[in-house]
Amino acid sequence: MSDETALLREPWLDFARQREAGKFGIWVFLASETLFFGALMLTYMVCRIEHPEAFVAAGRETNIWYGTINTAVLLTSSLTMAVAAQGAESYARLRRLVIACLTLTALLGLAFIVIKGFEYKEDMDKHLVPGAGFELPERAAQLFYGFYWLVTSVHAIHLSIGIALVGRLVWVLLRRELPVTENPEIEVTALYWHLVDIVWIFLYPLIYLPGRSS
Amino acid sequence: MNTLFSLPEASTHAVTVDHIFYLLLALSGATVALVFGLILLFAVRYRRGSKAKRGPMPEILSREFEIGWTLATLLTFAFLFWWASSADLSSLAAPPHALEIHVVAKQWMWKTQHANGAREINALHVPLHKPVHLLMSSQDVIHSFFVPAFRVKQDVVPGRDTDIWFEASKTGTFPLLCAEYCGTNHSAMRGEIVVMRPEDYANWLTRQPEGDDLVHEGARLFVSQGCSGCHAASSNVHAPRLAGLYGRAVQLADGRTVTADDAYLRDSILQSKRDVVAGFEPIMPSFKGLLDDGEIQSLTAFIRSLGEEPPND
Amino acid sequence: MTDALLAGELPLPPRPDYLHHGSSVWSWLSTTDHKRIAILYAVTITIFFFLGGAAITAVRLELFQPNGWLMTSDSYNKLFSFHGIIMVWFFLVPSIPNTFGNFLLPLMIGAPDVAFPRLNLFSWYLTIAAGAFTVYALVAGGVDTGWTFYTPYSSMFSNTHVFAAAAGVFVVGFASIATGVNFIATTHMLRAPGMTWFRLPLFVWAIYATSLIMVLATPVLAISLLLVIAERVFGLPIFDPARGGDPILFQHLFWFYSHPAVYIMVLPAMGVVSEIIPCFARRRIFGYDFMVYAMLAIAGIGFFVWGHHMFVSGQSPLASLVFSFLSFIIAVPSAIKVFNWTASLYRGQISFESPMLYALGFVGLFTTGGLSGLFLASIPVDVHVTDTYFVVAHFHYIMVGGSVSAFFAGMHFWWPKVTGRRYPESWAKFAAILMYAGFNMTFLPQFFAGYLGMPRRYHTYPAEFQIYNVMSSAGAAVLAVAYLLPLGYLTWSLFYGGKAARNPWGATGLEWTTSSPPPPKNFDWQPRVDRAPYDYHTEGMSAGTDPPEMQNARETQ
Repeated sequence: MSDETALLREPWLDFARQREAGKFGIWVFLASETLFFGALMLTYMVCRIEHPEAFVAAGRETNIWYGTINTAVLLTSSLTMAVAAQGAESYARLRRLVIACLTLTALLGLAFIVIKGFEYKEDMDKHLVPGAGFELPERAAQLFYGFYWLVTSVHAIHLSIGIALVGRLVWVLLRRELPVTENPEIEVTALYWHLVDIVWIFLYPLIYLPGRSS
Repeated sequence: MNTLFSLPEASTHAVTVDHIFYLLLALSGATVALVFGLILLFAVRYRRGSKAKRGPMPEILSREFEIGWTLATLLTFAFLFWWASSADLSSLAAPPHALEIHVVAKQWMWKTQHANGAREINALHVPLHKPVHLLMSSQDVIHSFFVPAFRVKQDVVPGRDTDIWFEASKTGTFPLLCAEYCGTNHSAMRGEIVVMRPEDYANWLTRQPEGDDLVHEGARLFVSQGCSGCHAASSNVHAPRLAGLYGRAVQLADGRTVTADDAYLRDSILQSKRDVVAGFEPIMPSFKGLLDDGEIQSLTAFIRSLGEEPPND
Repeated sequence: MTDALLAGELPLPPRPDYLHHGSSVWSWLSTTDHKRIAILYAVTITIFFFLGGAAITAVRLELFQPNGWLMTSDSYNKLFSFHGIIMVWFFLVPSIPNTFGNFLLPLMIGAPDVAFPRLNLFSWYLTIAAGAFTVYALVAGGVDTGWTFYTPYSSMFSNTHVFAAAAGVFVVGFASIATGVNFIATTHMLRAPGMTWFRLPLFVWAIYATSLIMVLATPVLAISLLLVIAERVFGLPIFDPARGGDPILFQHLFWFYSHPAVYIMVLPAMGVVSEIIPCFARRRIFGYDFMVYAMLAIAGIGFFVWGHHMFVSGQSPLASLVFSFLSFIIAVPSAIKVFNWTASLYRGQISFESPMLYALGFVGLFTTGGLSGLFLASIPVDVHVTDTYFVVAHFHYIMVGGSVSAFFAGMHFWWPKVTGRRYPESWAKFAAILMYAGFNMTFLPQFFAGYLGMPRRYHTYPAEFQIYNVMSSAGAAVLAVAYLLPLGYLTWSLFYGGKAARNPWGATGLEWTTSSPPPPKNFDWQPRVDRAPYDYHTEGMSAGTDPPEMQNARETQ
């Protein structure tokens, strides 16, 4: 395929090998990200086991509507991303579909950030920021909210990086600087995006569900 | 106190530690001699151009050697682990009726308090041949209580109690050092452990300035902080009685059974909603931020003084 | 060895080598050639080495007297902290992987570059940025938490530039992860035809195992420092016991990375030594398979021993027992390696050029340091010697006696290949011996001082320890000279040294089949591999027993 020569880069001689290496590399990176978020979640677990009632009381103050809507938004963005990646995989010319889905992915990601922004504002109005003037009386509730702010910010930073990567892809593909079909960058970006989504799937029950089952 | 190459073995534990140390030293020496010796031997014998026999490699020099020395190493290390761990396990728990002393560490000094209220700064007098149990906490950062002559060390952590015990076996004065970096004057946070014969120790103790001993101080706090409002026998509030509580098994609301030890009492005071006793409501307020570690130690001593037998009422 | 070696008789086409292919500053700063990136890293880590060395020179000067005579306690505390942070993260962790690993990994597997060349350059820029943060922390007044950043001192009490220093370490961690990803992908995806996994040189296996640790352990360090920064800057109560936090949690998170980190620092060194000893003994390495399994075992088990740094922290006795047991177990693969290196000398044809001197020095010093680790794995002994100079001696024997010696060994071994120049061998031999002597003078007394009860991180100390401190400081002066000498003669060789041959040591390995220095794309032909590594003689025979024609074919010009 003539697209291959445009995509082939050093040190690769064989395009199929380059693609495989790109996928392999991102999976190795995802392993490190698993340990990154895993360490944060482990810390949360330890604190929750130490302070169960405080975490339950704190968990009740989170806004489950914002959280659930955001989960739906992010999951949908993973769907559009998967469609884009699949479209780029195949032999047929699905260029417009791929670019459209990538654009949708980025927009949904942005929607997540915006909704999160509203949620943050509400949390600040409700004095759920650890420090003087914190809303809840239980000491360890501040620990829960410390986590909440930290882990959602770290997730949001990862998401923003993802949006930037997808945005750049859309830009470069629209200007035909790179071909769409079998473009390894699309696949690598898709895998990264799915990681950000999976992290959120783990975060959702840890943040929004304590104290809500009864 | 230290001569150039030796440290006094001033506790019962020190002897055990030194034995393990010397065994390890002998083993290490033998290994170093073997490895260095072989390297030197081969380096000389098989230097380039030497007349030593080379030719086909002997049959035996192969897998058998590898597996052999791997197993030998593994077994040796397993033995070392077993020996060191049994020594460790046997010294874990303080013997019953050990002399109890409370230690509070802060930047950059050690504060110790004997059961009768005698207080010392950067010093600790203890009797010879009697087990001493230290209950320790820090008021700020992590410190570490280190007495080289006793071969004991334990980190002293803010927000929780750690403990250590020893039985001094030599009279004399031995250095106490802080062994966990704690800021500017970490290296100045030193003191002395003074080991005296039991009669001398008793004399010394009676000569200490009148201070409230821990139990009396605890009794005062029990009233002034409002504990008696719910926990006194005359109170109308349904709260657990404390007489005879210490050391007893307690049934908790979530079904677990725990022992009412120092840690339990401390947690009940500071995190009162956590381990609620079965049959009681979680209405006890928390005293976090209202009582410091020294006051908690006094209250604990007071509750202990209320008896360790089952209650009569 | 490839048939290319035998084809070395053919004249190579004239073309610039990688050093002269583009000579503008921009061509260096924008390079994606792994060899140039290796040089960039080498310059960077050398600067950091001497910065960290300057800090500890001041410390050792101060320790001549027991009651301080040159500086305040605060300055002292900042100096040892700076020494630790710079040496661990900006010298030891990147040293062998990012210099020799970068330069040699593609060459040794017969590839034209690493899998992700642009990511490779980005890693270097991350290291520079991180170094800037850390040096800023120093220049702005220093950080005094020790390289271990223990809470709650670092999160709530220290009044120094913890944020800047922690941020520097956080960023250099990402450089580490990126390097690890790159090297793992390279090893899997770019091996030349015929280069199967068990034909790889042990250095490649060492870098591979190291990269696995870098990728999996470093993120946890990032989180532990992020939490400290969050507590300091935003007041989050993670480690504050008054608000429900637990300071010991920091220690678990920190050591979960920092113990595997010491294997990041030592495995590449072991790889270097495994390349050098066979070459100068003219022998196949003894027990290649076991050497590979040992390195993988060290990398794997290394993740499960972190609690041996916490025996006196208040950790549960059961946890301590498990960590003690695993710590004894992890000593076994290291012991196997030492035995195998020793056995690799048997019936060899040994010569003692400077790389070999450094490599043998490594074996001796690593053995001593490793044996002192057994003392630390035994809980009762560790309780006595932890946080004393015994531990300081232990880790310096391994990291300095071990990794730094191996770094110098590699420098001398591969210098002709990297620079195309020869250095003066007698100076090098002298420096190697001086380093060994100076090192032991510096650190052996510290074992004694530690057992006798001198704690670490002490600005002032009880007078009875002065004799040990004076001996140690005197040794440090000798060691400093031994480190400065190579800086001198190696730099001299760049301008006045003779030209190096393609394979001056007669070593096996694909890197020696290409020119010194190599061309930009590493090889002028596609390498193909058809035999095992360390092919110094026929299998089943000892060194030097091949007929002369075979020996000549191996000993290339």
